[in-house]
Amino acid sequence: MISIEPVAAPDAPLARRNPIAKVAAALVFSFTLLATLDPVAPAIAIALELAVLPLFGIRYRVLARRAWPLLLSAAGILVTLVLFAADRSGRVLLDAGPVLVTTGVLLTALGLVLRVFAVALPGVIVFATTDPTDLADALIQNAKAPARFAIGALAAFRLVPLLGQEWQMISMARRARGVDAGRNPVAKLRLFASTAFALLVGAIRRGTRLAVAMDARGFDAGTPRTVARQQHFTRADSLLIAGAAVLAAATLTTSVALGTFRPLIG
Amino acid sequence: MGGVLLRGFGWRHAGRRAWAVRGVDLRVEAGERVLLLGPSGAGKSTVLSALAGLLPEDSGEQEGTVEIDGLDPRKGRERVGIVFQDPETQLVMARCGDDVAFGLENRGVPADEIWPRVDEALHRVGFPYPRDRHTAALSGGEQQRLALAGALALRPALLLLDEPTANLDPAGAELVRHAVAGALDTDTTLILVEHRVAEALPLVDRVVVLEPGGGVRADGAPEAVFAAHGAALAAEGVWVPGHPIAPRPATAGPGELLLTADRLGLPPRLGSTDLAVRAGEALAVRGPNGAGKSTLALLLGGLLRPGSGRVTASTGLAGADHRTPPHRWRAPALTRRIGSVFQDPEHQFVTSTVFDELALGPRRTGQPEAAVKETVTGLLDRLRLARLAAANPYTLSGGEARRLSVATALATAPRLLICDEPTFGQDRRTWRELVDLFADLRDAGHGVVTVTHDADFVAALADRTVTLHRAPDDHR
Repeated sequence: MISIEPVAAPDAPLARRNPIAKVAAALVFSFTLLATLDPVAPAIAIALELAVLPLFGIRYRVLARRAWPLLLSAAGILVTLVLFAADRSGRVLLDAGPVLVTTGVLLTALGLVLRVFAVALPGVIVFATTDPTDLADALIQNAKAPARFAIGALAAFRLVPLLGQEWQMISMARRARGVDAGRNPVAKLRLFASTAFALLVGAIRRGTRLAVAMDARGFDAGTPRTVARQQHFTRADSLLIAGAAVLAAATLTTSVALGTFRPLIG
Repeated sequence: MGGVLLRGFGWRHAGRRAWAVRGVDLRVEAGERVLLLGPSGAGKSTVLSALAGLLPEDSGEQEGTVEIDGLDPRKGRERVGIVFQDPETQLVMARCGDDVAFGLENRGVPADEIWPRVDEALHRVGFPYPRDRHTAALSGGEQQRLALAGALALRPALLLLDEPTANLDPAGAELVRHAVAGALDTDTTLILVEHRVAEALPLVDRVVVLEPGGGVRADGAPEAVFAAHGAALAAEGVWVPGHPIAPRPATAGPGELLLTADRLGLPPRLGSTDLAVRAGEALAVRGPNGAGKSTLALLLGGLLRPGSGRVTASTGLAGADHRTPPHRWRAPALTRRIGSVFQDPEHQFVTSTVFDELALGPRRTGQPEAAVKETVTGLLDRLRLARLAAANPYTLSGGEARRLSVATALATAPRLLICDEPTFGQDRRTWRELVDLFADLRDAGHGVVTVTHDADFVAALADRTVTLHRAPDDHR
């Protein structure tokens, strides 16, 4: 089940910040980190990210549950590098035929895993603390995004959880009609494609109906929109972005000072 | 305000040869309550769309004129509110209050007036929850109430309702009608399309009947219209009050056992259930929303794996395969023994023509092409689908799609037929055909299980009724 609800305490000091500010802060922090290839900078960044977590009102256990795809990709990186890494320098830890695990391999893998975590965590934190409606409101009011885009995307987003149920229904209906793939992989692929097509047809029809209903309520009819829910972009929001920039710069500076800094370019 | 004038109105959708509606002359005064009737295909929904300004000039060809208070509806959109059939696709926002506010924002209502008007609209439809309730947590009836509040918040002079209760169970439909009755003030004009006439009559003071070939057949007070045209309308499929349909009780007692459910359940959707299904018997499964009726139908149909207990087929139904539970049968074997008809016919369509749709099952079960053709032709005739043989299933009307979905299940001649709400939203004519079809099947020795809210259908067909109860605590 895909959860689209925020999981944080909504009144935590940083969770309450303007969604645009949160997104901007996350982008600033993540992008700065991309500048280096060393493992130290991301390690510091992760420590910082985990340290500010309580300010966003997220409990560590909840984050771990949210971030499981990250753990999965970390395991993937580890396995891939152990099997295929070109650089097999360092002390040999395990020699099992073609699989040669050395300290060099493990260090490279660790660096990559840390980078993935450090860069992705800010995004996870933002979406765990942001209501989609608030994000759409802020996009329109503070980032001057067109309402046609922001509200349209929000309305479509609301229909996403229905797709899972729909998929199950279509699959069962096909079985009832005598259509199944058995063990034949080609038939399986074809059944998957035809089910996906039926799902798409249904989604388009539903989307069209929704668009007509929105039209009937005057959406995008040329009248200037007013807003029912005010989103404010305050000094605290600017400070959040500035804070993220300062922390990111400090992280890089530390890495340079320790002599571990390895620039992405050059 | 809210007066409607149609003069010689006609509309043909782009790319269609036939006119959806034609030659309609109609004047509705402000504050009138009108029920718009007509056999399926008479163009009722097209008239409503035109009044709501939802037929863009480049999407078809128009004849005559439509005016609301002297204005083209496309220019006078703020005078009109409309509620559609499907609750799922007319709510826009995640929270109830935001959804009602959506229309007000679009119309540029000043921010400080929005929330008082939202609260007023929610109050008028008797909405029982606070504004921050999630729209996904509402029942169908509650969602339609919310959609009505969203339309009323804009204070339309003309309110259009396009079968707002067709997708709802009886309790949900009552909730919506109650809200409509309570929410209208005396100067709002109402035009309602609804084929369950008896339930709609308390809301209206005038009935207008559209003629399928074009024009208006009848117009006047409900009693006068039904006295003159009631019998003809009933024959054409309109649910005219006072025209009951003769029940079809079984001609013989039930035969051999086909399927048994022992302590069958799928927590949390369905609590433990015991059930026996026999040949030559029409069994109705009833119960409130959330009791697990649809889940039971899927379990009996061999489409879901039971969470607890089991489904056992008799040797009469499955031969040597009776030791394997139905959900583990291969699909072609399943479809020869148990046919399932889904609530939404479109879920079932796999091919691109009506003919291929009917031929699919017989072909999958390995019948020779000559036999397939004979089966398909017979079903096309029997279910009045012959002239649609080359049509795409997705372009059929609601009644045609329902008849096709039943026909596809019958094409492989299963001993047992399981249907989920087969009569939902159907007109009287299709309804009567379904009763006759299922009764014929039963009398020919098939087992028929229907999951349904439709009390009339149960009374007309069922030999035995099983009632499920909501069992939220039955998590074993």
